Amino acid sequence: MNLKELKTLLKADIIFEGQGYSDDFEILNACGADLMSDVLAFSNEKTLLLTGLTNPQVVRTAEMVGIKIIVFVRGKDPQIETVALANQLDIFLYSTAKPLFEACGILYKYGIGPEEMNYIEPPNI
Amino acid sequence: MQKQQIMCKEIESFDFQSGGEASSNLKNILRKLGVNSDLVRKTSIVTYELEMNVVIHSLGGEITALISEEELEIRVDDVGPGIEDLDKAFTPGYSTASNEIREMGFGAGMGLVNVKRYADKLTIESSKENGTHVKVLIKLF
Ligand SMILES: Nc1ncnc2c1ncn2[C@@H]1O[C@H](COP(=O)(O)OP(=O)(O)OP(=O)(O)O)[C@@H](O)[C@H]1O
Ligand SMILES: [Mg+2]
Repeated sequence: MNLKELKTLLKADIIFEGQGYSDDFEILNACGADLMSDVLAFSNEKTLLLTGLTNPQVVRTAEMVGIKIIVFVRGKDPQIETVALANQLDIFLYSTAKPLFEACGILYKYGIGPEEMNYIEPPNI
Repeated sequence: MQKQQIMCKEIESFDFQSGGEASSNLKNILRKLGVNSDLVRKTSIVTYELEMNVVIHSLGGEITALISEEELEIRVDDVGPGIEDLDKAFTPGYSTASNEIREMGFGAGMGLVNVKRYADKLTIESSKENGTHVKVLIKLF
């Protein structure tokens, strides 16, 4: 799936598209998370993050693991500081009205598969 | 083996605006030094988790990075209040973060677990009097 197809499928609004934008930019894999530590636990480099978080730290977190594109779900608008940081780091931002589950489901259906998160032993309860 | 300091940065308590800048800085330094991207990624995750712990859970501290031919050393030192029970702190899911912090996406109680996973060697000392001192080694080969 390329970036243009992603935008069409999610009916995404553009918040920030930086240098090097290309319709053909290939989305290799994705993750959906509302917890920073979950994003940081993925074992392989991801292209895309879908999230309900909108604060600047979500862009920082993306930077740390090499994520290039963030899609905010449920029509959320990021804070000004978030957009400013994305601008500085050249991370692209989009927003979609779809909730996280549905947005992930659409991408999954159209060919973006899962990738394993490092398995963590659940605590004994 | 002689280690050379490549970064030392102060981290302020509850500064969510610049929180993460030290880790970002170190990431760029390592890239420029030509460290391989998997190791840069590992290091970034470790430093960012520890840096945000200082921002969220401590009264402030600093982060220092040293490098030699063989390894990278990350030191994260804060002035307190210390971690009461280290065993608990390393338990997946354990967190004392407030609701406000959780709404920002932190407080999953997975940070130290992530750090432990990516560190080749981890030492941590913590007390109420002296704060928390974490040392992480990452092998470069
Ligand atoms: N520098 C520190 N000073 C004081 N307490 C700390 C410090 N670092 C961690 N802790 C304590 O250890 C707990 C576990 O830390 P950990 O990083 O694993 O999870 P978290 O920060 O609560 O959530 P997450 O990292 O997943 O966002 C924290 O909730 C806090 O109680
Ligand atoms: Mg943490």
